[in-house]
Amino acid sequence: MNLQETFSTAWHAIRTHALRSLLTILGILIGIAAVIVTVGLGLGTQKDVSEQINSLGSNLLIVSPGSSTDSAGMRSGFGTGSTLTLDDATALGSEIAAPDVQSTAAEKTSSLSVVANDTNWTTSVTATTVTWPEVRSREVAYGAFFDQDDYDSDAHVVVLGSQTAVELFGRASVVGQTVTIDGVGFDIIGVLAEAGASSSTDLDDLALVPMSTAVSTVMGGTRAASISTIYVKAGSDAVLSAAYQEVQATLLNLHGITDADSADFTVSSQTALVSTATSVYRTLTVLLTGVAALSLLVGGIGVMNIMLVSVTERTREIGLRKALGAPPGAIRDQFLTEAGVLGLAGGLIGVVLGLLATWILPGIIGSSLVVSIPVVMLSLVMAVAIGLVFGVYPATRAARLAPIDALRSE
Amino acid sequence: MQQDAVDAGGVPVIDLQDARKTYRSGEIEFEALRGVDLTVTEGEYVAIMGPSGSGKSTLMNILGCLDVLTSGAYRLGGDDVEHLSEVQLAQVRNRRIGFVFQQFHLLPSLSAWRNVELPMVYGGIDRGIRRDRAAQALARVGLADRLDNRPGELSGGQQQRVAVARALAGEPTMILADEPTGNLDSASTEDVLTLFDELHEAGRTIVLITHEPEVAHRARRIVSVHDGRIASDEFSDAVSAGRSGVTRERTA
Repeated sequence: MNLQETFSTAWHAIRTHALRSLLTILGILIGIAAVIVTVGLGLGTQKDVSEQINSLGSNLLIVSPGSSTDSAGMRSGFGTGSTLTLDDATALGSEIAAPDVQSTAAEKTSSLSVVANDTNWTTSVTATTVTWPEVRSREVAYGAFFDQDDYDSDAHVVVLGSQTAVELFGRASVVGQTVTIDGVGFDIIGVLAEAGASSSTDLDDLALVPMSTAVSTVMGGTRAASISTIYVKAGSDAVLSAAYQEVQATLLNLHGITDADSADFTVSSQTALVSTATSVYRTLTVLLTGVAALSLLVGGIGVMNIMLVSVTERTREIGLRKALGAPPGAIRDQFLTEAGVLGLAGGLIGVVLGLLATWILPGIIGSSLVVSIPVVMLSLVMAVAIGLVFGVYPATRAARLAPIDALRSE
Repeated sequence: MQQDAVDAGGVPVIDLQDARKTYRSGEIEFEALRGVDLTVTEGEYVAIMGPSGSGKSTLMNILGCLDVLTSGAYRLGGDDVEHLSEVQLAQVRNRRIGFVFQQFHLLPSLSAWRNVELPMVYGGIDRGIRRDRAAQALARVGLADRLDNRPGELSGGQQQRVAVARALAGEPTMILADEPTGNLDSASTEDVLTLFDELHEAGRTIVLITHEPEVAHRARRIVSVHDGRIASDEFSDAVSAGRSGVTRERTA
């Protein structure tokens, strides 16, 4: 019996019991679909995160107050909110101290209520410098960002995030209107463009005011000089680590700290965030793939079960084939092929379902899924292998049946 | 002409010497064959008769190479078939023996054509050749117009004729029929037995196992088995002279 005949016999046997075969391969089908969806989800989320971070700019460093290494607990008394000052930001902008830094933007953020006419909206009010759009890679959709003149003159001007504008006025083009922040009036001179579809919404819900104005009005008080974050933009990706060193050294020097381990600030890069996110999603992928593997195992046992039933049911057929001259090997191959074809069928339908899910799911869960061709190929190979492995025992049993006993069975 | 060759001392198709078969079931031993000597020459039409439990089924399994002897010798077409491996026995069955069973044993999902083709599939015969041979064999049994029918669409007699075609198609050394008329009505029985008569005329070697005297008497030689031994071995002229049953059958 040649290969083609073995396959056509197997296919024929499967088609004869179409419904049963379909139920049998359900486990493999679900397992394979799960593999494709979970791997796709893992890769897709990873892609989303990378895109989001890249949209901020990969050559960005973030300096925050406090230390991530303060395990001693002694320095907790410093407080985490007060160790960075506007002077630090200015120093980092210096060509001499940090030649690889292109520009810096200090941020001081406070959650405040913004009032327009009768509408009250609490948002993240951010006091910053004129370099903010450049450093954060953001565009202004309506009007303009505040300039150095506004900054120097402590002008009462504000630039709103697109969502904030919509919340307050029901539309985005609100340049020329006024709002009241913490009782102080501000003219709206600009509205930011949206940060992008895949980004989280809080990037579009904020109100930006000049640092100088904020310090003298809404964010005054004892901590007027302290800031919450300094964004540092390096000249390019290539000089990112050089810029990192310069920022670290400059700030240590400025704060009079000699030991880098006891720094009262933390410098982190976007790439560090990417790798953290990547490792999180890698863990997720491994976990979900484990779940998929388990359903494949169950599917394999299903194949074995139905093949054993099939061998019992077809004892007379096996006996006849042996009587007519089929050697044990041919019988074994026939059942093994049947199990393999079952696995392949489950794999193929699973792949189709998996691809369908990758197409439909992003609209439902809001996360993109990436189809990986190697994973599709691998899962098909896996499906066939499962069919074969779990088909070995039933096929061997069929091959060992004695023809006379098999022929006489009812 | 073939008969002449055999008479002149040709190689016997079946040569069974002191054949013994013992079954063991735990402590109990059962001797199904207790020393059978049997020679069948080419072109013979032999009926093996006996009541159930006589050992004729065991004999049929041995002759069909479906089982092996406990002791003794069995030569099929001159070749020793004892001491053959399972794979070799499968080959011998495939090439030398055309089986016809009481239950027809056709595969219900295959057409008549593909059922007849089945032994040749395992014999490794090319698709084109085996298609032709299968069609010829089906034409030979009068079913040229039923090639694509499945067994379920055929009457019992027609199904058994498909089985005979399957036995014929591979040009075996002998046709081994186990109670071929056991599940058939009298008209179909007559059909199948007439077919065997014709095949015998054409020089085929036929061994027919039955417990029905009417069927056995259509053969030219009757071997009666009793308690695992051959009780009588007579040619049909002698048998028909002595028994009225045969005359009745012949005249019917």
